[in-house]
Amino acid sequence: MEFMSNAAVLIKDLGFTYPRQSTSCFTHLNLEVQEGERFGLFGPNGAGKTTLMNCMTGLLKFSEGSIQLLGHEIADHKKSVNKLFGFVPQDFSFYQELSPAENLAFFGAWSGLQKAEIKNKTAELLEVLGLTEVRNKKVEQFSGGMKRRVNLAIGVIHNPRILFLDEPTVGVDVHTRHAIISYLKKLNEDGTTLIYTSHQLSEAEDLCNKVALIDDGKIIAHDTLNQLMIDHKEDGLEGLFINLTGKSYRN
Amino acid sequence: MLSPLSHSLFHLSYSLFTMFKLWSTILKDMRILTRDRLGLVFMFVMPIVLAVVITAVQNSTFEMLNTNTVPMLICNRDTGEAGRQMQTAIEKVGMFSLKQVTPNVTDKEISDRMHAKDAVIAIIIPADFTQKLKEKADVIAKKALQNFGMQTGKAVVTTNSGQVQPITLLYHPVLQESFRHSIQGALKSALQVVQNKEVLKSIYFAMNETAIPDSLEKDLMNSQVGIVEIPVSRDGSRNIPNASQHNVPAWTVFAMFFIVISLGGSVVREKLNGSFVRLKTLPTNYLVALISKQLTYLFITFIQALVVFSMGIWLFPSMGLPRLNLPADVIGVVIVTLICGWCAVSYAIMIGVFAKTQEQANGIGAVSIVLMAAVGGLLVPSFAMPESFQFVMKLSPLHWCLEAYYGLFLEGGKLKDVILNIIPLLGISFAIQLITLYGLKRKNLI
Repeated sequence: MEFMSNAAVLIKDLGFTYPRQSTSCFTHLNLEVQEGERFGLFGPNGAGKTTLMNCMTGLLKFSEGSIQLLGHEIADHKKSVNKLFGFVPQDFSFYQELSPAENLAFFGAWSGLQKAEIKNKTAELLEVLGLTEVRNKKVEQFSGGMKRRVNLAIGVIHNPRILFLDEPTVGVDVHTRHAIISYLKKLNEDGTTLIYTSHQLSEAEDLCNKVALIDDGKIIAHDTLNQLMIDHKEDGLEGLFINLTGKSYRN
Repeated sequence: MLSPLSHSLFHLSYSLFTMFKLWSTILKDMRILTRDRLGLVFMFVMPIVLAVVITAVQNSTFEMLNTNTVPMLICNRDTGEAGRQMQTAIEKVGMFSLKQVTPNVTDKEISDRMHAKDAVIAIIIPADFTQKLKEKADVIAKKALQNFGMQTGKAVVTTNSGQVQPITLLYHPVLQESFRHSIQGALKSALQVVQNKEVLKSIYFAMNETAIPDSLEKDLMNSQVGIVEIPVSRDGSRNIPNASQHNVPAWTVFAMFFIVISLGGSVVREKLNGSFVRLKTLPTNYLVALISKQLTYLFITFIQALVVFSMGIWLFPSMGLPRLNLPADVIGVVIVTLICGWCAVSYAIMIGVFAKTQEQANGIGAVSIVLMAAVGGLLVPSFAMPESFQFVMKLSPLHWCLEAYYGLFLEGGKLKDVILNIIPLLGISFAIQLITLYGLKRKNLI
């Protein structure tokens, strides 16, 4: 496999085994995501999506191979590489006792922003994500959809060049989902590479221009969505998913 | 290549930037803390309640023994002089308010009155007390004169002479052993006075064949050597430490360590709610969060001490409790408070790092603090601790905190006098910090 030069994420021969487990999650896994892509990573439960994303964000230490973000090896430049990407975890990863503005002030500082930058960016994000009116209310009083928007705002406050999204719209209504997807597309137009996992395949079809299917720790398909559908004679991501991973339950 | 000036500017801006991150984190921790009203109540009300209640209880015991009197039933079945003298001697002890019971009242009726809380102690002087005491005194006088080589035929010795039926002391089971012992001591002293008097009279009579003159009897009986009590203080002051001096520092230390409930829980919550995961993906070291938590909660422990000490100084007197007297070395108190607070904060963070759930942190935290307080001398004085516990006691940080405070508050020492308590406390704190870092590393959290 030949790698191209302007990769946002470049994974070579990745090997990872959870501590005290005999079988490996990945062996010799290779993957490349180009800058500017809206990349979707899909697979059944337990396929290794979250583990792979945790390796890419440095949350898990891998034993073999390498992962580069925009040309920087993450194992060598752990904290400096962290400036390059944003992460929107599936869980509400913020302080519910604080308001959206207070959360953004804190996470903005930790993301490396100065006070003035935090102020401007907070105002902008709260406006775009429809949270200006509740900027000083405690997040614990918010609905699920509002919390999802806060979760997203924190992940993008420092204008990351790569944005990792783990199920960013799970449990939200149609309006919120639409708003979030529209905002993500806009971010991508402004140059942010999106790396996204979800079980919402219709949403993924709308958002992603490149997809990879992972099963049992291996990348079993990786191309543009259109090309994959042509290759496998399917007319949607769901059909393609079933076609490649089968219909049996996964644990 | 950077010039020295630009190099310095870079370092300055980096330091300022790190300070900004630290300040943002402290602000975040402070906001979360001040919004946890129940936690705040627990942190501040608990030490106040503990200090007030325990001081009040100890103070009332102290006052009961020293200023108030204990109600006592006295049933004098003796018709002689010794029985009356015994009653007078008990009155002179000053500890008891006597309630006379007629001689024909039975033991059971006395017990019933005690169950009805009429009194917590009762004394029954047996019917032939004077006669038996006199016989015993005569025997002792005869023996004494024989030893001196002086023969006398005046002492009448019967077959059962010298066997005085004991005085019965009935006590209510609620009386603590230590209190009972002090009552017993007071009664023995009264009895000794009566017995000595009889022996003295017998010896005098045997030698002179006349009764002892009243003036000589008084001189001989009142020639006891007095006792002067002097507290051994480092600053030479002779102030007797009161219940507040003992309890306020002790329960302040206890409260400081009890922040494990709030801080330990906060660390666990952060680990479980996902914010920890996000922090790990950001370009800032988690040590900033650890330093922030330590500074924030160190401030809280300092405020706790300030509040409780202020209560002891200004509020206790208006509540009828003894005033807390601050030691002369106030800077020493501040430094000891900060070191105790830092140890308490370090311990709470360690519990939070190793606990898997908030319930686990609260349970392990609270139980371990109570245990460390027990072995550390907060519940039982350290000198009364069994030999086998002496080593365990030295492992308890609360022991060293308490010793340092007692050195200042009770012994009137200065900071240099408690340095030997501060060194082990700092050693324990550093060890706890290392264990915490190991835990964070092992769990891939730093």
